[in-house]
Amino acid sequence: MNWLTNFIRPKIRSMVAGQKEVPDNLWQKCPSCDGMLFHRELKENSNVCYHCGHHLKIYVTERLDILFDDGYDLLKSPAVKQDPLKFKDRKRYADRLKEAKAKTEREDAIVLAQGTIGGFPVIVAAFDFEFMGGSMGAAVGEGILRAAEVAVEEQAALIVVPASGGARMQEGAISLMQMPRTVIARQLMKEARLPYFVLLTDPTTGGVSASFAMLGDVHIAEPGAMIGFAGKRVIEETIRQQLPDGFQTAEYLVEHGMVDMVVARKDQRATFAKLLGFLMPQSAALSVQHGGKSKRVKTGASGKALESAHKASGNIARYVADIPADLTAANSDKKQKRAKR
Amino acid sequence: MSALEFEKPVLELESKLTELMKMPATDDMDIHKEITRIQQKIQRLLHEAYSKLTPAQKVQVARHAERPRFHEYIAGTFTDFTPLAGDRLYAEDKALVGGLAKLDGRPVVVMGQEKGWDTDSRIKHNFGMARPEGYRKAQRLMEMANQFQLPVISLVDTSGAYPGVDAEERGQSEAIAKSIESCLDLSVPMISVIIGEGGSGGAIAIATANRILMLEHAIYSVISPEGCASILWRSATHAQEAAAALKLTAQDLYELGLIDEIISEPIGGAHRHKEEMIEQVKLSLIRNLSSLTPWNTETIRLDRRKKFIQMGRLAA
Ligand SMILES: [Zn+2]
Repeated sequence: MNWLTNFIRPKIRSMVAGQKEVPDNLWQKCPSCDGMLFHRELKENSNVCYHCGHHLKIYVTERLDILFDDGYDLLKSPAVKQDPLKFKDRKRYADRLKEAKAKTEREDAIVLAQGTIGGFPVIVAAFDFEFMGGSMGAAVGEGILRAAEVAVEEQAALIVVPASGGARMQEGAISLMQMPRTVIARQLMKEARLPYFVLLTDPTTGGVSASFAMLGDVHIAEPGAMIGFAGKRVIEETIRQQLPDGFQTAEYLVEHGMVDMVVARKDQRATFAKLLGFLMPQSAALSVQHGGKSKRVKTGASGKALESAHKASGNIARYVADIPADLTAANSDKKQKRAKR
Repeated sequence: MSALEFEKPVLELESKLTELMKMPATDDMDIHKEITRIQQKIQRLLHEAYSKLTPAQKVQVARHAERPRFHEYIAGTFTDFTPLAGDRLYAEDKALVGGLAKLDGRPVVVMGQEKGWDTDSRIKHNFGMARPEGYRKAQRLMEMANQFQLPVISLVDTSGAYPGVDAEERGQSEAIAKSIESCLDLSVPMISVIIGEGGSGGAIAIATANRILMLEHAIYSVISPEGCASILWRSATHAQEAAAALKLTAQDLYELGLIDEIISEPIGGAHRHKEEMIEQVKLSLIRNLSSLTPWNTETIRLDRRKKFIQMGRLAA
């Protein structure tokens, strides 16, 4: 009887898991309408089914491309103690971590990025669902705290994008403590009178939904995203009833007053830009002349187009290798400077 | 007394003792000796068993049906308890009880989960599993504490927040998140005591405190051992292993720096000597509160924030 039982089993992975390597001619079925989706067209459509509009999972770096006006800088998240409990189930947590790191080329399930949206300075803290189901342990909590600290320092807005089954069980009560810790991040934003938005994506459940994710100034959810506290199975076992259709979906949360709006992927950046226009001081806009209509990121732009746009704007290193260790020399100084903060 | 597996030898001796006591008064020295011998043996066995409880055994003790409940601490630790009801939004949730009371003569706000003590009361209090209304009542009480500058005491005893359609419908996540925020917003001292089960989000919602105390055999965890086992081991039968792996005992959490103090339980657990246990909790609360009270309001709020920011962080 617990809200964490909806932790996503490593086995159940999203379709995008191996997408970087799949050949261009791959077709897949839309999980919603069963329509056949051609890999490249799907990617060009930001992983939204072009038959029915179903939002499939999207890789975290692609999400950042969609959100920011024109590229972004990655921020380093502080290091945390690895495997503090020496946790072992059928497998060692240390090994699970190692595998997740190898698979995602990331230190943990959170990515911090800095850029502009609608010309306004924004820090985004986005979960990487591919890293142990986006589960929240000390590293994720630390990342969200750091994101808020940097946002305050830079007088930027903060958008957190959860995609998480909940707390990371393998860190025991330490993962539980990330709930108050991330709420503190929210408080830092409030005290600085800076906007704090949450973009709820599929899934946002358990300890993640019951902390920072429900405390935004504005809550935007992706169509069809599963958002809730307790897992469906746990609820079914408790009440011994079938759950209603559409239970715990983004639309259900709007209906029940917990989310402001459901916004399709292609409209998210414009929506945030508009909101920032209301809530950020106008002087905060860094380059309002570019704001909202960036040269490169058009939803539906092909990977190649994105890449050349990045080249044009000098952001290629950030785009092709968003892991600080892999950065080109030219960019690494900047990263290190940021990392020190 | 309901039996825990590892207590069986003790329970056998206890029933033997009861038999002996029932015998007509006698001067037979042998019987007196036997009674003394059994009593000593019981003490010894209990001491042995309880000084080396496994994590899984602690889970059983923490959930023991006769473990002192919220209402017993209220009666034994506080005076003039005046319960306040309702979240002013939707309903009154009896799983989370709270109100005004005096601790050592000093007015405080007190709240916590009540699991119930018999079938009727368990149902009435929903086994200590609060719905959003419970957490919104907690928020309301904390606001009141802030306004009147009253310290907040919370007694945590829940297997978790209630997982139900109605709870989801009315925003269980939001209610818990806001309750955590209310704790962090307090400009008065807050002390939490994990008296039995500290079940994940439903517990931390009212345990984001300046001082976190835990009874010696209480547990505090991000997920129940059964839930953890069914996910990571794919079978709830591995709950014992999960209990050990999760590091959910008071001793583990103290070691990890997540709690501030362990309150010793009487030999044989809180359920064997309730009054003694409740007195210990009272003394500890008074001592901790007096160590927090000279602080000005902003310091106490920032102290709490700093405590959680530092928690588990690598030394800079
Ligand atoms: Zn479709």
